[in-house]
Amino acid sequence: MTDMKTKASASPVPTKVAQERRSMRRLAPIAAVLAGGVVILILSYTLEPFRNYQLATVGAYFCVTAGLTVLTGLNGQLSLGHGALMATGAYSFALAQNKWLSLPLSFVVAIAVTTLAGAVIGLAAARLRGPYLAGLTLAVAIVVPSVTSTFDETFNSDQGLSVVLDPPPGTIPMERWQAWLAWTGALLTVLLLAFLVRGAFGRRLRAVRDDETAAKLAGVNIARTQVLAFVVSAVCAGLSGALFAVLAQSVSPGAFPLTLSLFLVMAIVIGGLGSLFGALLGAILLVALPTFAQSVAEQTGSHRLEGNLALVVFGVVLIVVMLAAPGGLASIRFTFIRRFRRER
Amino acid sequence: MNQFVYLTFDGLSRGAVYAAFALALVLIWRAARIVNFAQGAMAVAAVYVAYSVTSATGSYWLGFVAALVAGLALGVIVERVVMRFVDHSSPLNGVVVALGLVLVIQGVLGIVYGSEFHPVETPFSRDAFEIGGIALLSRYDLFVFAAVGAVVASLTLLFTRTPIGLRMRAAAFAPDVSRLLGVSVGGMLTLGWALASAVGSLAGMLVVPTELGLHPTAMDVVFISAFTAAVVGGLDSPIGAVTGGLIVGLLLSYVSGYVEPTVAPMAVLLLLVVVLLGKPGGLFSSSKARVA
Repeated sequence: MTDMKTKASASPVPTKVAQERRSMRRLAPIAAVLAGGVVILILSYTLEPFRNYQLATVGAYFCVTAGLTVLTGLNGQLSLGHGALMATGAYSFALAQNKWLSLPLSFVVAIAVTTLAGAVIGLAAARLRGPYLAGLTLAVAIVVPSVTSTFDETFNSDQGLSVVLDPPPGTIPMERWQAWLAWTGALLTVLLLAFLVRGAFGRRLRAVRDDETAAKLAGVNIARTQVLAFVVSAVCAGLSGALFAVLAQSVSPGAFPLTLSLFLVMAIVIGGLGSLFGALLGAILLVALPTFAQSVAEQTGSHRLEGNLALVVFGVVLIVVMLAAPGGLASIRFTFIRRFRRER
Repeated sequence: MNQFVYLTFDGLSRGAVYAAFALALVLIWRAARIVNFAQGAMAVAAVYVAYSVTSATGSYWLGFVAALVAGLALGVIVERVVMRFVDHSSPLNGVVVALGLVLVIQGVLGIVYGSEFHPVETPFSRDAFEIGGIALLSRYDLFVFAAVGAVVASLTLLFTRTPIGLRMRAAAFAPDVSRLLGVSVGGMLTLGWALASAVGSLAGMLVVPTELGLHPTAMDVVFISAFTAAVVGGLDSPIGAVTGGLIVGLLLSYVSGYVEPTVAPMAVLLLLVVVLLGKPGGLFSSSKARVA
């Protein structure tokens, strides 16, 4: 009986069983997101406010890690500039929110601005490979926060801007409202990404990553695919930045340092590059590890451990994962050698 | 006019430091085909060692030597303990591991020394001499030129005139053949990392006193400038790195002087974008035949 089933699914002619399976696979993301939504809803009612806030933070991180893992894992472009894109989204959100005081409109503005920023960086990124792309995006991550001091009348320099939020509807506590907002954003993002990477776009992403020449021969527009991947990923980062603005109810350049961009890379590498579930694990780690490091620091009573211990833990984990199990990168490493050989 | 002359000399002095730092990046790139994104953090660590030694003994020069020794040691440790085990089949792996090193080094420095800015003294006055009413150079600028010039000269001598330099070039250029001929390729790689790290530490020692002071992230912007300098020069060419460093230094100085200091990092980013998109091989790219 099992033999017959495997035969049916392996045959090139789509049988009824295979078709059903395919439609099941199509529906799987919806089912997962719905289940996730239910879990979040239950959690948001049972957790205490501080834990709810952490839950919201996980959701906000999940947006950006999901977008970054698609870009780096599936398309082979390593971006160290996503912290800067988050800052772009956060500042656009803050400026729009303080001007019009409309939550949906501010999210739209934040996403529109980061789409534009992502397209500009993506256009440059599509022509660069390996360490050159990493270097350029690193420069973006370091330079963009300094823009806030140059145009200090708009961005108020290092102090940043406070974000005015309407009180949540009804009697919902603020933290629960924030968790709902963050996870609505995260789940919508993941649903969209899951459909994108399962469809023709995802196939093109992987084709470009694995062999550019073969992809080009098969009629894939390399540059357009790479720019689109960057834009999609930038939109996720912008939404995430806007959500962080909602969470902190303020934005400042100090919230988006270079280490944030490096943390994001660590999160997706540990979770397994290219995997949306891995991005979720990474987002959880981004919240859990600093909390753990913080409690250790409090127990030892050394204020210097605060923040810095998390850096060390993240760095060590990143190095160990890369040295012991570079399997996460296995799928993209061959592409890079080929690209490099051709360039030289 | 006076301002132009002053800014030019100031830019050359800054540029000399970027040139040294870019040279460190180029050394590792030539030896191992890795852009060492941890170079800035490693240099800061060496400067912290110098800071400790100088505070303990009161002597700047003991600290200076300690920084160079710490740089050498750090280079050896990073290569032997971490980088040697990176899967070099993808440049991405080396980049990610280097970023992990950045996090570790910055975290450890923050734990040991705290995250506040420590002011660092200079061995010579930074007041500029005036010739005919025009402020030109300070003693410190002369010291910077001398130090960087000495490094460039000794590296040139090392690579072109000594047997060990020949071995290093051979090991980088054709590892398998060199190994057959009895060159210790692994040893040369370690030596390359140690040298590069020491040169980076020297650059750190020279640049930190002229900026805000000592901080775990003090070299982040300097790293970007030096990376730009190395890319302008083509990542593969030591002469290119020096020229690129001077170009970046002059650009930073003119933009800071004529526009605004806060715009300077953006100017560097712009230069990086223009060079990467216009001439990605750099202005001095040479070895077209070489394969990664």
